[in-house]
Amino acid sequence: MRRPTESDATPSMAALLVAVGARRDVEAFEALFRHFAPRVKAYMARLAGDSHLAEELMQETMVAVWNKADRFDPAKGAASTWIFTIARNLRIDAFRRDNRPDFDPNDPAFVQDDVAPADEMFESQEVSAQLHLAMASLPEEQVALLKLAFFEDRSHSAIATSLNMPLGTVKSRLRLAFAKLRAALDRNGDAS
Amino acid sequence: MTIRHHLSDDLLVSYAAGSLAEGWSLAVATHLALCPECRKRLALAEDIGGELLDATETSEDVTSSWEAVRRRLAEPVVSEAPRATPGGRREGGLPEPLRSYLGGDIDTLRWRSLGRGAYQIRIPTADSETQVRLLRIPAGKPVPEHGHGGRELTLVLTGSFADGDDLFARGDIEDADASLTHQPIATPGEDCICLAVTDAPLRFRSWIVRAIQPILGI
Ligand SMILES: [Zn+2]
Repeated sequence: MRRPTESDATPSMAALLVAVGARRDVEAFEALFRHFAPRVKAYMARLAGDSHLAEELMQETMVAVWNKADRFDPAKGAASTWIFTIARNLRIDAFRRDNRPDFDPNDPAFVQDDVAPADEMFESQEVSAQLHLAMASLPEEQVALLKLAFFEDRSHSAIATSLNMPLGTVKSRLRLAFAKLRAALDRNGDAS
Repeated sequence: MTIRHHLSDDLLVSYAAGSLAEGWSLAVATHLALCPECRKRLALAEDIGGELLDATETSEDVTSSWEAVRRRLAEPVVSEAPRATPGGRREGGLPEPLRSYLGGDIDTLRWRSLGRGAYQIRIPTADSETQVRLLRIPAGKPVPEHGHGGRELTLVLTGSFADGDDLFARGDIEDADASLTHQPIATPGEDCICLAVTDAPLRFRSWIVRAIQPILGI
């Protein structure tokens, strides 16, 4: 899979997104679009089926990426994460009748992080490269389960039923996958 | 404040994926407001979502979509009004998103008696899967008897309760399933206010049972 990294001659997705936010850079946005639009459309199609609706929701998502790009903070995470959360929220609005309540970092009762986020953009983009490697080393069954959990709008018990598996097995596989990824990131974090 | 009882991975994953019903999500999001540690774990879960999105195999040609979107880039942006937030730190109050669901902070709540000094407020949500309520348990008293027969999340907001050897204080979340027999008891000294989310009671119960349920308690 092509994945731009710091060492590539092509700018990273995070750098493209920053350029869009800072300068309304249409060329940078087109590069982002060509990478993410088909992926976001496939994500929408998981629920939309009908490809007109999937196309519409993909375009909504990408226009929102363009409009909100100045709020993307490369120190806080990968471009793919940020775009995923925008697509997710639009998909919830389109397909669910209930809401997804969220916390508010500006709320006076919100408990702030105890440590300031450390070394910024480089670190966060490093983490995403490491996560990419760690995910490639997960057993296929765990990746398949993560895909079901993230892409289908289904509860874990519905996933367990469809896989003909006890709910406990679904939960423990997710826990295992999560623990492995966390461990991989911690190890690399300590080594640097 | 040290939180000892955190969100399970499966709750974090469903919340990050956006597939968790509103009632459960309210308890999860309110815990996240109080717990920097779980917010870090949420960030990892969302990174996994981003990574899966990025790794999606596709060969679709988006040239015509690009032409359509390109034409929309000049459209004026309707910016969302920033949420009005009261100024100043406030320790110990109800955090968002819970406060908005209740329409106010602890001192403005309208409690309904459950008898024996316990009170509750039902919190409506748009999902049909859960039942959400704020409970106030008098200091030193047990949480009223209740067979929920499903999952139950209890998030402490003020005071604390003990369940067996475990102590749950502000920010702690107890995640109990049907197999767990538990008898939470509020710690003496202060009433315990907690958010309790349970599987919705079965719908095929007769209207008379539903009618007397509030009298039976919870
Ligand atoms: Zn936590």
